[in-house]
Amino acid sequence: MAGSTPASLTAEAPATAGTAPAAKRQNFSPWQEAWRRFRRHKMALFSAIALAVILFAVLFGPFIWRVPINEIDFAAKLQGPSWSHPLGTDDLGQDLLARLIYGGRISIAVGVAAMVVAIFFGLLVGSVAGMASGRVDAALMWVTDLFLSLPQLPLLLLVIYLFREPVKGVLGVEGGAFVLIVAVIGGTRWMSAARLVRAQFLSLREKEFVEAARALGASRLRQVTQHILPNALGPVIVVATIDIAAAIIAESTLSFLGLGFPSDVPTWGSVLRDAKDYLDIAPHWALFPGSLIFITVLAINFIGDGLRDALDPRRVL
Amino acid sequence: MTVPAAVPASDAAEPLLSVRELRKHFAIRGGILSRVIDKVHAVDGVSFDIAPGETLGLVGESGCGKSTTGRCILRLIEPSSGEVWFQGTDVTKMGPEKLQSLRRDMQIIFQDPYASLNPRLTIGAIIGEALTIHKLAPSRQAHEDRVVQLLETVGLRPDHMRRFPHEFSGGQRQRIGIARALAVEPKLLICDEPVSALDVSIQAQVINLLEDLQEQFGLTYLFIAHDLSVVEHISTRIAVMYLGRVVEIAPAAELYDTPLHPYSEALLSAVPIPDPTVKRKRIMLQGDVPNPIRPPSGCHFHTRCPIARPDCSQRSPVLEEKRPGHWAACHYRE
Repeated sequence: MAGSTPASLTAEAPATAGTAPAAKRQNFSPWQEAWRRFRRHKMALFSAIALAVILFAVLFGPFIWRVPINEIDFAAKLQGPSWSHPLGTDDLGQDLLARLIYGGRISIAVGVAAMVVAIFFGLLVGSVAGMASGRVDAALMWVTDLFLSLPQLPLLLLVIYLFREPVKGVLGVEGGAFVLIVAVIGGTRWMSAARLVRAQFLSLREKEFVEAARALGASRLRQVTQHILPNALGPVIVVATIDIAAAIIAESTLSFLGLGFPSDVPTWGSVLRDAKDYLDIAPHWALFPGSLIFITVLAINFIGDGLRDALDPRRVL
Repeated sequence: MTVPAAVPASDAAEPLLSVRELRKHFAIRGGILSRVIDKVHAVDGVSFDIAPGETLGLVGESGCGKSTTGRCILRLIEPSSGEVWFQGTDVTKMGPEKLQSLRRDMQIIFQDPYASLNPRLTIGAIIGEALTIHKLAPSRQAHEDRVVQLLETVGLRPDHMRRFPHEFSGGQRQRIGIARALAVEPKLLICDEPVSALDVSIQAQVINLLEDLQEQFGLTYLFIAHDLSVVEHISTRIAVMYLGRVVEIAPAAELYDTPLHPYSEALLSAVPIPDPTVKRKRIMLQGDVPNPIRPPSGCHFHTRCPIARPDCSQRSPVLEEKRPGHWAACHYRE
């Protein structure tokens, strides 16, 4: 390189084209780097720990706290927290800690699974519409608008009424209810993700770096997976975490209407529903499931924020 | 030698690229049924040749169709009509496979170095992408070696390959964009205002780099710009565009000394002279650029032309060779 092309313009070191010793901080893999950045986000880190504790409790709790979830003991009904029942009991004298541990499994599983369904369809519809444009785009957005304009509760009622028995026959009572609820919640929540993804695609596919990829001969698939999708994911991650939270709450609503899991299966939402009639004499009954939903939803949202920032290399963290 | 020959014959000095009557009309849709209600004539019958190893500067105001022309040549935008002959093949009629191999011969450098690099990929991934797409590196080691080589070619350090675009300045990013284009060893490089977004001091560095690369790899450039002083420095010949048409093509020095078309004259009189004592009469064009949806009849320039006569709005001038190698589209300039 002759003098006419002054080489490197970086501040820290002059260009010594060839062996450069300044590569020390570059030795992280992308994932290590993302983890390093995620840790800088205090609230996200704290939330991750809180969520990990809840997940651990929910997964391994039953092996430590071996009280059955449906042991009825009228002598101990509506008791506040005590050593024998750390979170108190309900109106049948059932142990709330055991029920909330078990219920957490269902609530979190429903939340995550419904989010996966919603984001999967959202990404699919949104990216196809965003890439295709023209008639395909118009048709897909028409379908999306149609779903958005459907009254959700009557639809849920109808779907569950129609399909509860057949699905139950195939997958059993709890499994059937789980699949149906996830499908229903996920199936009515993909629209916002789809519109978001489409909007991101429409703006990103006109960007010069995508044009550069086309000029290099990148296939459509490659343009999407390498260039458009990674840059569209930031807001999608945030929407995904909000979807988990919304799905946990939606499951509570379904339980409340008696459309969710069978009434003897505790979920955070159904415990909360059962507690509503005893708010004045046994507030602990509603407080604990309510707090668990609150903490979980909040933690997931903060983790979403942290992930979005950690995965965006433009942000200095 | 140049221009409206119907088909590029096997001349002595065969051009690398021949553009013939290239047109691009963007449809404007409106109404409930989104029917085509109008068209923007972005490129309206452009013809020129580029010989191997030369640099053709393409200048004109914003919105005159320079960039659209460049993108149509690459088929990043599908031209409405016209022909683009590259090494004996019509680019506009290429199928997907031929187009894929064309991508190895023609590349583009973009104007905005901030928008032209994917912020989520490392420099190594950005430069190496072409090697992956066209399977140009047989092994990982060969891939990495090639990326390092490209980085050094454009004056960057090998360890830069693990960094992300936002860690670089505008000039460095433009070097990265150049390295990406060079990865496929192209013959023709379309430079779409490659220095317009840079500081003047950095502009000179990038221009010099482009000149060095041209010498080193025998590249041919189509250099699109709106800054005439930049174009004068780098170009062999210059084409001036106005409202989607080429109004003048001439060797660089000749265009600057004796512009024939009144529009070129006006453009050149706007170039600042780095000497405050020199006084020059500036030709101030009146009015704005006309609406490209409804370009003026006849000669597109007649609405602002200082030497226009009544029949200029009737007859459309063709590009004629007024002097050897010097073509202009004007009825009244010889």
